[in-house]
Amino acid sequence: MSIERHEIEKLAMLSRIAISDSTIVEVSQRLGSVLDLVDQLQGVNTEGVQAMSHPMQAIQRLREDEVSELNQREALQKIAPDTEEGLFLVPKVIE
Amino acid sequence: MKWDTVIGLEVHVQLATKTKIFSGASTAFGAEPNTQACAIDLAMPGTLPVLNKQAVHYAVMFGLAIDAEIGKESAFERKNYFYPDLPKGYQTTQLEKPIVGRGNVEIQLADGSTKNIRIHHAHLEEDAGKSLHEGDFRHGVSGIDLNRAGTPLIEIVSEPDISSAEEAIAFAKKLHSIVTSIGICDGEMSQGSMRFDVNVSVKPSGSDTLGTRTETKNLNSFKFMEECIVKEVERQIDLIEDGGTVIQETRLYNGDTKVARSMRSKEEANDYRYFPCPDLLPVIVTDETIEELRRNLPELPDARQARFVEEYGLSDYDASVLGNDAGMASYFEIAAKTSGSAKLAANWTMGELAARLNNEDISIANSPVSADQLGGLVTRIVDNSISGKMAKEVFEGIWAGEGSADEIIEVRGLKQVSDSGALEQMVTDVLAANQEMVDDYINTDEAKRKKKLGGFMGQIMKASKGQANPQQVNQILAKKLNELL
Repeated sequence: MSIERHEIEKLAMLSRIAISDSTIVEVSQRLGSVLDLVDQLQGVNTEGVQAMSHPMQAIQRLREDEVSELNQREALQKIAPDTEEGLFLVPKVIE
Repeated sequence: MKWDTVIGLEVHVQLATKTKIFSGASTAFGAEPNTQACAIDLAMPGTLPVLNKQAVHYAVMFGLAIDAEIGKESAFERKNYFYPDLPKGYQTTQLEKPIVGRGNVEIQLADGSTKNIRIHHAHLEEDAGKSLHEGDFRHGVSGIDLNRAGTPLIEIVSEPDISSAEEAIAFAKKLHSIVTSIGICDGEMSQGSMRFDVNVSVKPSGSDTLGTRTETKNLNSFKFMEECIVKEVERQIDLIEDGGTVIQETRLYNGDTKVARSMRSKEEANDYRYFPCPDLLPVIVTDETIEELRRNLPELPDARQARFVEEYGLSDYDASVLGNDAGMASYFEIAAKTSGSAKLAANWTMGELAARLNNEDISIANSPVSADQLGGLVTRIVDNSISGKMAKEVFEGIWAGEGSADEIIEVRGLKQVSDSGALEQMVTDVLAANQEMVDDYINTDEAKRKKKLGGFMGQIMKASKGQANPQQVNQILAKKLNELL
């Protein structure tokens, strides 16, 4: 299955990944082969089979509602590129 | 041309858990920025979510409250988008298998009629952090506070059964009433505990085809929601009547400027690429858990309203005002029990107290006058220690923190004079001092005499500094004047 150039560009934008013009053909082919695999799976008769939300035969364990994580701001913000007054600073995200 | 309005609501309700949905960080409101955001909330590599049991139980309780199907097996998915207040790059939410299925919410309208609004489903998800665009920090940057990131939410999605702003408000208020009554949300709108996304479209009256809808996001007050719907309906009708078409878009409403604007441009149209979250296993809620939660489900607003009529003899109107607000309901019950007069306790709770709280924008949970104190005040009205007028003065005193009703009555010397001997003397003195008024009363035509009583009352109340029991004075006065005829 082929995947169009504009679809690659849209996916790249949504994923915030830069894909250069020179690699776009290769990426398209590789993604296409993933889709071929999916196509094969689609061909399997799944009538009467319940949709599976997780491959493991296990169920989610639940946690008691007790505070276990205390303030670690100082440690966690040491690796942030920019902070001020306890806030993480990022390039302005609103016009 | 006549138009029909079609409205659907998505309501985000912050659950009143102590910790986040997937981490053990606190959810307490108002903490210093990022002091309640742990490695999991910050999406540090290698961290994994562990689901909060209480959040699951609260969601099930909501399902039970609206008589919905409970998703005994539910699952989490990832909704992918980039925004700085969402560190993981996706929101963990539910799509295919939500925890609450179809349900129903009945709303009451101003004309007394009721309407059923179907709930499509409600699902569990995490809240995002907050982006601050204006602050003391440098130009050209936004500040990110991730304390709210990972706060558990249920998103309640209605069917498009709502056909006016009035119905939308009634529905929103009913949901507020339900979630606060069963204690799964603190209901503090100003803190963002409940937020509404409103989907609005219009279609020619009677048509079966839905029009194109717009979605206005993140309304956090009933008033803004009403204004926003009224304006959006008007905008869409004007647009279509002028030959234009409504574009499907997301809009933001600014409550201060009363202006809505389009939020996302077309090329960034929603494409969330949902897929099942591999970090979370299916969530199973057993029948035993469901039954236990059902047994312990607190009283619902409709049941409480009926009980208020039955148990306290309140009117339907009073019972609906008090019964629909969890905070007011429990306040009223304490005041009624303390004072022994449900009717007066209801009047004071809905009247003086509610007006004052509203004026000063204080929630009833933070009322400077406690329910016990109001009950104490009502007790003194009931036993005729103070008049209604003096009671207002005492109320002011309690509000200002001067103590209980009894303490204020004592300190200010407000006790009403109900001793009939003292009152008779007072009336006699006033009559003696106002011979002209007495003569005038006697010479007035019988039918018009009643009007003249007011003048005497004024004099007597003045002489008693407002402390005479007015009903008793009225009787004594009428008796004494009749003796003179």
